[in-house]
Amino acid sequence: MKQKHLVIFSAIFLLVAFVAGAMLYRSQKSDESLQAYRRDKSTFIRENVPAFGNPAAKVDLVEFLDPACGTCKEFYPLVKKLMEAHPDKIRLYVRYAAFHQGSDYVVKILEAAHRQGKFRETLEAVFAAQDAWAPQHRPQPELVWNYIGGVGLDIRKLRHDMNLPEVEKIVQQGLADAKTLNVKATPEFFVNGKPLPSFGYDQLKSLVEEELAAAY
Amino acid sequence: MNSSGHAQDPNWVLVFACWLIASISTLGSLFFSEVMGFQPCVLCWYQRIAMYPLVLILPAGLFPLDRNIVRYALPLSLTGALIAGFHLLLVAGFIPESIKPCIQGVPCTEVQIEWFGFVTIPLLSGLSFLVISALLILTYRRSSK
Repeated sequence: MKQKHLVIFSAIFLLVAFVAGAMLYRSQKSDESLQAYRRDKSTFIRENVPAFGNPAAKVDLVEFLDPACGTCKEFYPLVKKLMEAHPDKIRLYVRYAAFHQGSDYVVKILEAAHRQGKFRETLEAVFAAQDAWAPQHRPQPELVWNYIGGVGLDIRKLRHDMNLPEVEKIVQQGLADAKTLNVKATPEFFVNGKPLPSFGYDQLKSLVEEELAAAY
Repeated sequence: MNSSGHAQDPNWVLVFACWLIASISTLGSLFFSEVMGFQPCVLCWYQRIAMYPLVLILPAGLFPLDRNIVRYALPLSLTGALIAGFHLLLVAGFIPESIKPCIQGVPCTEVQIEWFGFVTIPLLSGLSFLVISALLILTYRRSSK
C-alpha cells in the first residue's frame, strides 16, 4: 500500500470508528435507561417531586435541572409551550441536579417553596432573575432573596424549612439519581424513560411526539 | 523512499505508528469528554496540549520522511509523559493533596474509569506518551546510523 493511502485510510477508519462508537454508546445508554425505567420508575420520579400537568397523562417527562443553569432557563418556556400544545397528555416531573457551586442553596429554597405549594412561581422568579444572582455561572445564591419577594411566600417558614435535614436529603437524592441515570449536564430530559438521542429542543420535541403517538 | 513510496521503510513505519497512537489517544480523549461526558481536569488538559499537536505535526514528517520530525515531536511527547506521570502519582496518593494543582472544578484525583481494576485515563495517556517517545527515539537512532 502506498504511504499516502495508508495515512488517509487510517484517518478515515479512525473517524468512522469514533462516530460509530459514539452512536453505539448512545444507543446502549438509551436502552439501559429505558430498561431501568420499565423496571423501576423511582430513580426517575421520586415521591412528592414537583410536577406539572395532568397526573393521568400517559407521557412522563422527567427534567433534571439546575436553577443556576442558563440553558435550563431557556428551556423552561419551551417545555411549557410543548405541554400547552398537547394539553393533559404530558406530565412534567422536575428533578434537581445542583451541579453549580452554590446552586444547592437555591434548590433548598425551591424545595421549601414546593412545601408551600409555590414551586412554579418561585422557579419562574428564580429563572427570571438568573442573570442577576448567577452571572457567568458564578452563583451568589444569597442574592436570590431579593427576587422572590413578589411570589407570596412565607419567608420565615421558608428560611426554617430550607435548613431541614429532609430538604438537604432531597438535594443529595437529586444528585445521586442524576449520577445513577448518567446525567452529566443540565437540563437533561427523559421521555417515558428515554434520554434524548442528542441535546436540543427539536430532539426533545420529536421524542415527545413519538411517545405521544405511541400512547394516544 | 519518497513521499509516494511504499510503506516498507522501517523508519517511516515507526513515525506512522507514532501518528496512529497519537490519533487514537486524541479521539479517545474526545470520546471520554464529548461522548461519555467526563469533564477533563486541569492535568488532563495539559496532557491534551501535548498530545493533540502530534496528530498534525507527525504527518508533516511523513511526507517526505524527515528524521528531524523527532526533534519537533519528542519535546511534546516527553512533556506529556512527565505530566501523565505526575497525574498518576497524584491519583495514587504519592503526592500530597496540598500541592494538588486543581482547586476548583473536577479534582484530578477523581478516577473516572477503571478498566480491569487498574487501567485509568492518566495511565492510558502515560503509556501513549511513553510509547510515542520510545518509537521516536528509536527512529532517530536508526536513521543516524
